[in-house]
Amino acid sequence: MFGYAGRILRIDLSTGKTKISPLSEEYAKKYIGGIGLGMRLLLDNSKPGVDPFSPENPLILTTGPFSGTMAPTGGNGHAFVSKSPLTCGLGEAKSHGFFGAELKRAGYDAVIFENRAEKPVYVWIDDDIVQIIDAKHLWGKSPVETEDAIREELGDYYIRVASIGLAGEKLTRVAAIMNDATRAAGRTGMGAVMGSKNLKAIAVRGTKDVSVADPDGFMEFVKMMHERMKGPATVKYRTLGTPLNVLVHNSLGALPTRNFTNAVFEGAEKVSGEYLNEHFVVKLNGCSSCAMRCEHIAVVPEGPYKGTTTRVEYEPLWAFGPHCGVDRMDAIIKAMDLCNYYGLDSLSTGNIVGFAMDCYEHGILTKKDTDGLELEFGNAEAMIELVHKIGKREGIGDILAEGVKRAAEKIGKGAEKYANHIKGLEMTGYDIRGLKTAALGYAVSFRGADHNRHGAYGLDLKGTVDRFKVEKGRAKLVIDLENLYTIIDSLIICKFSRGTYYEGFKDLARYYTLVTGIEMTPEELELTGERINNLGRLFNIREGFTRKDDHLPPKIMSTPIPDDTVSKGSYITQEELDLMLDDYYATRGWTRDGVPTLEKLKELGLEDLAHIVEGKIKTKKRAK
Amino acid sequence: MSSIHARKFVSADPDKCVGCCVCEYACSYEKEKTFNPVKSRIRVVRLDSLIDMSITCRLCENPPCVLACPRDALSQSEETGIIIVDEDKCNGCGWCIEACDYGAIMLHPEKKVVFVCDLCDGSPKCVEWCPEEALDFVTADVLAQKARISAVKKLFQEALRSETS
Repeated sequence: MFGYAGRILRIDLSTGKTKISPLSEEYAKKYIGGIGLGMRLLLDNSKPGVDPFSPENPLILTTGPFSGTMAPTGGNGHAFVSKSPLTCGLGEAKSHGFFGAELKRAGYDAVIFENRAEKPVYVWIDDDIVQIIDAKHLWGKSPVETEDAIREELGDYYIRVASIGLAGEKLTRVAAIMNDATRAAGRTGMGAVMGSKNLKAIAVRGTKDVSVADPDGFMEFVKMMHERMKGPATVKYRTLGTPLNVLVHNSLGALPTRNFTNAVFEGAEKVSGEYLNEHFVVKLNGCSSCAMRCEHIAVVPEGPYKGTTTRVEYEPLWAFGPHCGVDRMDAIIKAMDLCNYYGLDSLSTGNIVGFAMDCYEHGILTKKDTDGLELEFGNAEAMIELVHKIGKREGIGDILAEGVKRAAEKIGKGAEKYANHIKGLEMTGYDIRGLKTAALGYAVSFRGADHNRHGAYGLDLKGTVDRFKVEKGRAKLVIDLENLYTIIDSLIICKFSRGTYYEGFKDLARYYTLVTGIEMTPEELELTGERINNLGRLFNIREGFTRKDDHLPPKIMSTPIPDDTVSKGSYITQEELDLMLDDYYATRGWTRDGVPTLEKLKELGLEDLAHIVEGKIKTKKRAK
Repeated sequence: MSSIHARKFVSADPDKCVGCCVCEYACSYEKEKTFNPVKSRIRVVRLDSLIDMSITCRLCENPPCVLACPRDALSQSEETGIIIVDEDKCNGCGWCIEACDYGAIMLHPEKKVVFVCDLCDGSPKCVEWCPEEALDFVTADVLAQKARISAVKKLFQEALRSETS
């Protein structure tokens, strides 16, 4: 095979046995790689209803067909897929850097980690040789310390490592899997699944060739992409980076502030991308084979957190900044750095802190509960302390480490009103009360609250549609984006480069064929995107999800935006949500309960999964 | 023999390098028609997220690699200064690797002989592909000129800044 390694590695962590099976061309073409292939392998290799922390829940690691090639932003990705301990539905998270390319060069399209090691171990994949090594000495170490220690003890400085920190070890449900020091497969708690397997790290060294089907055509295409990546589509990422969003969202009344109490932040200037780049960013880095470079490395120059160095993106900046009412950039950078240290999803963690602050402001949590921390909005020091507590599962951190949904259940006293999540996954930095197309995308996303499954906020923010209005036809816009986004995450190209594929599926299909030699039309690729979205839905249905799980966070549906801004008064009613869902399900070819029909599955070539929907198509009534 | 002043080599500017390894991919493709950094003549090093730099052969005068070779398998081109490997004589013993201060000469993963940058016949593909224009095909003299210019620029900027503040 070209592009693909053609091999799937299976590692049974309890017996230490490994097995290699071929990747069929059928699976390659139907599920592409990345999250698509990972989701199919998860469905094939798991039973319904298992606890995400049970040994029976496999952790699946995949690369994409472009990983290891020179494809700019496509050459370096990897994805983790498993049942999420946050949503108990489909969990998936991608990361970039260097790890994915190394894994492909070692000769694997996917690695399936099964069962649980008896004691802490790490897996060492040295091309064809796979070893399970005792990790007692690494337990408790941060991901960066783990990377360094593994390189040192194996004596090879080009080894790439994906690992968990203390948070993953302690089954913190918002734990991430970190790689290459600054990169994270952050969302849906994949680090906790890894921790539940006693798997501290995956170390990889790959020295094999990765070759493409049409080298000359491919290089010509890559040259074109290099040129495009110097153009307007990537300016944002090459200059201020994603933190540019802060002032844009703020001016549009779409910057969630103080746990969605407000949609405008008075301290926005001080946490803006402009301020960040002027005072903190010292270096931009690129991932393997990238022609853009986006990684903004910030260093705190003075004050109590002097010297703290971390990569900064909008979402974690938002989560610890406006979302917690904090306008101190040094503290925000420190909080992000701590997330990397403990191996936490910084986005979910910032959400949790903001949730706890909201509870504190409303008297649901008191100083007694927080070990004396005064958790008012804006208290930067308390925020830092709370991240430590979550990372270590100390005191209140033990409850909060469960994520906002479970934490609210445990805290009680009406805390669920402040728990802004969808399907158990914490919200992201878009105030969807006034971004109603995006709101639909969030509600139906198979991994829970997420802007990255659809990117429909773009339509709202750019004014392509009336963002305060709900109307039939929006579903089609969301679906077209979703189908594209699942392909992006299955090829594992970087979303920051999405604007450089001027002709969308046409560009991507051609790219795919140049790399793999497998014929693919733009229409087939779009259908594949639809197939993979349906796979996500099928997994969730198999785990018991229904229409009522396509919900929105409490504040989105209860609290109109109070600020004097363009979005003032906007929120989403149940009627509006129902209208959007009806439109969406109908356009997807699903029943009114959101279940793919047998005809739809046949059209997508997913007949073999029909058993999942059997009995669910006619018997269930539409939920209120 | 061409003067050392006339010899151009590939130099990386650490202020511009982002560690993306595009040079490695371009090199392995140019030389071996595949994508594989271990077959690249130029390699990237990243330290602590803050330092990125790619390194390849500097075409040293009296090259230590040539001097170290016990089998006379290495020689330096009189014309360009590149290191020429006689693959029939080289047995991969690695004395040259130990002698090179920059890790620029390496053992080939399959051929069991050493390999090193050959400047792609005078138009290095890594330089052509580098998206950040961090690589330069340049003589030592011009490097020094450029360094002086940027140092003076920096000094003046600092002077101007302290005057205005």
